[in-house]
Amino acid sequence: MRYLPLGEADRGAMMARIGITSVDDLFDGVPQSARLTKPLDLPPGQGELSVERTISRLAGKNRPMGSCPSFIGGGAYRHHVPASVDHLIQRSEFLTAYTPYQPEISQGTLQVLFEFQTQVALITGMDVANASMYDGATACAEAVMMASRVTRRKHVVMSANLHPHYRDSVLTASQFLDLNIDVVEPLPEVDKETACVVVQNPDVFGRLRDLKVLSEACHEVGALLVVAVPEVVSLGAVKSPGEMGADIVVCEGQGIGNGLNYGGPYLGLFATRDKYVRQMPGRLCGETVDADGKRGYVLTLSAREQHIRREKATSNICTNSGLCALAFSIHLSLLGEDGLKGLAMLNHQTAFKLADKLSEIEGVEVLEKTFFNEFTLKLSRDATQVVEDLLDKDIMGGVPAARLFPERSDMADHLIVAATETNTDEDIQAFASALQEVLS
Amino acid sequence: MSDHKYSEDHEWINVEGDIATVGISNFAQEQLGDVVFVDLPQVGAEVSKGDEVAVVESVKAASEIYAPLSGEIIAINEVLNETPETVNADAENGGWFFKIKLADEGEMDDLMDAEAYAAFAQG
Amino acid sequence: MNRQGRQTRPNEDGAGSAAKTTFTGHQALDHEEDLIFELGRDGQCGVDLPALEDMPDRLGGLLRDNEIGLPGISEPEVVRHYVRISRNNYAIDAGIYPLGSCTMKHNPRLNEKMARLPGLADIHPLQPTSTVQGALELIDTLAHWLKVVTGMPAVAMSPAAGAHGELCGLMTIRAALEARGEKRSRVLVPESAHGTNPATANFCGYKIQSIPANASGRVDLEALKAAVDDDVAAIMLTNPNTCGLFEDEVIEVAKAVHDVGGYFYCDGANLNALVGKVRVGDLGVDAMHINLHKTFSTPHGGGGPGAGPVVLSDALKAYAPVPWVTSGENGFNLQENATGEAAASIGRMKSFHGQMGMFVRALTYMMSFGCDGLPRIAEDAVLSANYVLACLKDHMSPSFDGYCMHEALFDEHFLDGTGVSTLDFAKAMIDEGFHPMTIYFPLVVHGAMLIEPTESESKASLDEFIETMIDLTKSAKEGDTTRFTEAPRLAFRKRLDETRAARSPVLRWRPPVDVAEAAE
Repeated sequence: MRYLPLGEADRGAMMARIGITSVDDLFDGVPQSARLTKPLDLPPGQGELSVERTISRLAGKNRPMGSCPSFIGGGAYRHHVPASVDHLIQRSEFLTAYTPYQPEISQGTLQVLFEFQTQVALITGMDVANASMYDGATACAEAVMMASRVTRRKHVVMSANLHPHYRDSVLTASQFLDLNIDVVEPLPEVDKETACVVVQNPDVFGRLRDLKVLSEACHEVGALLVVAVPEVVSLGAVKSPGEMGADIVVCEGQGIGNGLNYGGPYLGLFATRDKYVRQMPGRLCGETVDADGKRGYVLTLSAREQHIRREKATSNICTNSGLCALAFSIHLSLLGEDGLKGLAMLNHQTAFKLADKLSEIEGVEVLEKTFFNEFTLKLSRDATQVVEDLLDKDIMGGVPAARLFPERSDMADHLIVAATETNTDEDIQAFASALQEVLS
Repeated sequence: MSDHKYSEDHEWINVEGDIATVGISNFAQEQLGDVVFVDLPQVGAEVSKGDEVAVVESVKAASEIYAPLSGEIIAINEVLNETPETVNADAENGGWFFKIKLADEGEMDDLMDAEAYAAFAQG
Repeated sequence: MNRQGRQTRPNEDGAGSAAKTTFTGHQALDHEEDLIFELGRDGQCGVDLPALEDMPDRLGGLLRDNEIGLPGISEPEVVRHYVRISRNNYAIDAGIYPLGSCTMKHNPRLNEKMARLPGLADIHPLQPTSTVQGALELIDTLAHWLKVVTGMPAVAMSPAAGAHGELCGLMTIRAALEARGEKRSRVLVPESAHGTNPATANFCGYKIQSIPANASGRVDLEALKAAVDDDVAAIMLTNPNTCGLFEDEVIEVAKAVHDVGGYFYCDGANLNALVGKVRVGDLGVDAMHINLHKTFSTPHGGGGPGAGPVVLSDALKAYAPVPWVTSGENGFNLQENATGEAAASIGRMKSFHGQMGMFVRALTYMMSFGCDGLPRIAEDAVLSANYVLACLKDHMSPSFDGYCMHEALFDEHFLDGTGVSTLDFAKAMIDEGFHPMTIYFPLVVHGAMLIEPTESESKASLDEFIETMIDLTKSAKEGDTTRFTEAPRLAFRKRLDETRAARSPVLRWRPPVDVAEAAE
């Protein structure tokens, strides 16, 4: 087997050194009844060419987003990732390193994390960020639990315009904790029992909201404002949540540096104010010096984490999303100040043009007055059926709201549409023509 | 130092009138290593003997501090917020954590004197 | 100082400045690379974008009008930055990485190539399911392989990593108990357990009761039997355990917990020792997460992402988190919401459908091995660990007698009186070109050293490692203390001041002007 270096002679010599005649002797602690006596009911091993054929056959049954004009968002966005990003993250030193537990020989990973934390803090407008989490939705769940710890309160107000996957991840993660969570919109008055208010910006329908007044209301009663941002590119064009008074910001970072990958792995960004840093979940990298006084980096404040605090840890999480964070960080380094702002405005302008074009079609109403690169249409027909019909015309035309809100029959004719820099003017024209035909 | 009483959780307690000053013992700070952070209670909090009231962190460990006596927290040692290393340098004096206004002085009877504690810590 | 006016060597004037040996501060291939923020210049950019059109915006007055503070850098500079800092990392591609409980094995590049096929990488999680039949088939196929390998009837694919899988498993247990109308309050955890176990149980609202080990390093069955009652929701047990030993009374453990109506959660971190040899379904397990990034070779990437599918028994499968793949006459579909047939589900744990990119890699890996190759993984991993144990047991101090499974545990006793600690010993290994083993875990032995060579090492590689370890033990015993206490001397960085990092945390770069203001 090509991945196993030990040959028969090696195995024989090693067994002799151990003093056994069969490798099975080493499994003597396994109860007889639990030892497998026949091979697993699976196909035999295959060479590289053969495996490649098998997996490629599965890949061939899918329709990539890039194969036709596609306008699907809903929490994952197709952006162009520069070629150097994927090249760099595949360097052995990044790809095949473990968590940097020995900092003297892990400065590469640690410096990346330090830079990543800084980038996240800058774009969210916050003081400090952690070294990433699984995804935006799980980061949101962690934010709610952290807000409850910080405020020592149990009442959580969550906007009903949160992406349902975020809403559900919070509800699932907290179901056995003593939290009282209301999912509502419009948002009610907060009071001295409120631990936090959770809102999304732009919200699941694409709408932008000024959070200044809300944050002031929260702070007056000692509640925290948690802001979820599922499209991280928006932060290049839209005022940062930090600027509008957020206390915790969570983002889905996939949109920078990471492909769609059918939903994962992605990366959660998590940022907060300095004063809450010891209540934060997840890994943190910090600057220090070595014995010669040279600048270096280590994982720090680990007394919050499960390997030390065990059942008193701020979170049970052990891994982060390191490689996705690296891709994010490299892409953001390439973009820089001008690139991120330019990319964000390019997205906005593309969506703006798409909204105007589609609004000319009879049977289409654009529901949002303000948006970033995603908005919701009200159609004259069932949106799920429209998406199927568009598919016949080689257009992937958005996410039917019913897929995210199956319980909301009033949204059956709503279609959530996203446009990014990957959509051309021709794509927009093709979408508009196809939609017009499908609706007429 | 000879006036100090000690708990089995390696805290020292110094009582003047009905006010008890509490910190961790020199033995405890040696066991913890370099202290990097002390999470102190809120002034005004009512605590019962045995309640978890503070956390002391070193680089590789964290320990809960339990109220050795019941009462109200009336002061905390703000110095530790800026210089937690005071706990290592001066555990049983300048490195105090908080002061409690005692609710029940009878609880003092359960504490050890320095000699008994030294034997306990060796054990 | 660099061009931003910031000290790269904080006590440049102070003692011990080895960096002064060259003009640049670089030493051959070791480059002192500034932070990316210190490299940037206004107006530079590493991407070329089309010009924006002159048109209004619909941002509702929320247009960002301030400076973010990101550096501008051209592509060659960005590439050089990351290549330079990457070289300061140890990696499994560069040498043995014997971190116990981490299973650092070879990551085949075929896995990477497959995960990047446009038909798998460029598909959106909310595309119509008719356009992603191959993706759903792939998830279904991997699920089948995982069920066969573990002998379990069901698997929840969506958890994002091991700890997330633990949370999934314990939540299904709690949901199953509540469906029976029972509210139990305790979870039993052996004292050698990984820290995620108690943390997870706590997040499910359970109290932790620690179970001691016996003299052979396994769970003390009598203590366990004394602890179980009808208030115990579950036991969380790692097998092989964190001492690298098979829990030989595991079937009795499962029976004791089942007899009181509790469930058996197995931490699957050490599945590499069992794959193809033992199915956990035959051990009485109700739930176990599988770290695809350990056993099935998806890359660790400096700390993630992982993937943590959870196999479930018949008693628990109804409570699995959504979504899951279904199949029928019209091909594959997704059950995305906890309604209808999924009404008992604990709900959704993350966005979308799981770590698809990791599924592709893991299936590619498993298909490469197949039914004939998979047992060789466990056999070679266990053989290699025992070879290391056999060769080192007279030089170091094994914590327990007998054979180990996939990792060998030593404690600090062999260093008694040398003035060398486990940490010092590990740092001296760095100077010899090795990544150290896991140290100070598990907590149940003093100064633990946990060595997991995996099946990926040749005998020559193992021999070099063993000979180095023997040389180091001799050196420690002969009193060459500074070889250890001053180590690493040859790495890119000497020992880093972790106390300073934790006392006054510096968790991000700030522009020099901010730093100056803060100092005033």
